[in-house]
Amino acid sequence: MIWEVELIILVFLALSAIVALEVKDMLVAVVMMTIFSFLMALLFIAMGAIDVGFTEAVIGAGVTGILFVVVVFQTSRKSND
Amino acid sequence: MVLFAAVLIYAASDLPYRGDPDNLMHAEQSITDTRVMGSYFIQNAYRDARTPNMVTVVLGDYRSIDTFGEQIVIYTAGLIALLVLRKTKRRRVV
Amino acid sequence: MNKPFQTPIVLLGARLLSPYIMLFGWYVIIHGHYSPGGGFQGGALLAASILLIRVAGGRRVAQLQIKEFATTPLAVVGVSIYFAAGLVAVAMGGYFLDYGMLPIPGMDPAWLRYTGILIIEVGIGLAVMAILVMIYDNMVRGEDYG
Repeated sequence: MIWEVELIILVFLALSAIVALEVKDMLVAVVMMTIFSFLMALLFIAMGAIDVGFTEAVIGAGVTGILFVVVVFQTSRKSND
Repeated sequence: MVLFAAVLIYAASDLPYRGDPDNLMHAEQSITDTRVMGSYFIQNAYRDARTPNMVTVVLGDYRSIDTFGEQIVIYTAGLIALLVLRKTKRRRVV
Repeated sequence: MNKPFQTPIVLLGARLLSPYIMLFGWYVIIHGHYSPGGGFQGGALLAASILLIRVAGGRRVAQLQIKEFATTPLAVVGVSIYFAAGLVAVAMGGYFLDYGMLPIPGMDPAWLRYTGILIIEVGIGLAVMAILVMIYDNMVRGEDYG
């Protein structure tokens, strides 16, 4: 793979991880985590591990995003009571 | 932390390049003159199961008991989630 | 925080997108012999297509697609398909999960292994789909938002 592409992906990976750690709003953190896992899947595919990248894209960016959104809404509703 | 990062970068500089066919990992004989298992799988996967995707053959046929254990783990996780979360629901309704 | 997802436009988009994701999930499971993919990825795609309807439409719309009490038997069926494929091989005189001994006449052992991999991947896909949907249902149960 072209190493410039991997460098760009790695820079965005670090940026999304830092934003997900530092942001106040939990929903933004969840979205940043899905972006992190999607970039991670791109890196896996660039390394040649297509099955691992596919699993990461489906699980990390799809299902755990939905589950984390549900968890965020449930806990914030419970604190509003 | 900077020192730890420096140690990791120094260690990573000794790793072989990705996709290099002359790696020790891709050789047919290992350094102790025994055959590497991966070369057996690569050479015999299509002949054993008529499936071009070698990852599927290794996951589904050669290591199928491993995959079975993985599925038992997922099933147990689902059952634990059902038991734990259903209890809180019943308390909230009553 | 009252019903943040339930607008008709979101429901329309989810209903438009969900069958194609489900079809792609089955394609990933069935075509896993020739392309990257397999039972786990395909099952997760099926679960994603079902969870999309559940997030967008809420509980009452979601019951029209797959009901809540149907997920646990589907998981049991998925695990049982895998286990039965192993036990049938044992009953026919082979080792556990040795697909070369499956009792299908007129096939040599290599094609029997091909069929056995297909059978257990359908089992894995059903189990993973049912369990992910089951976890989601138990997380949102009792609160009628999407």
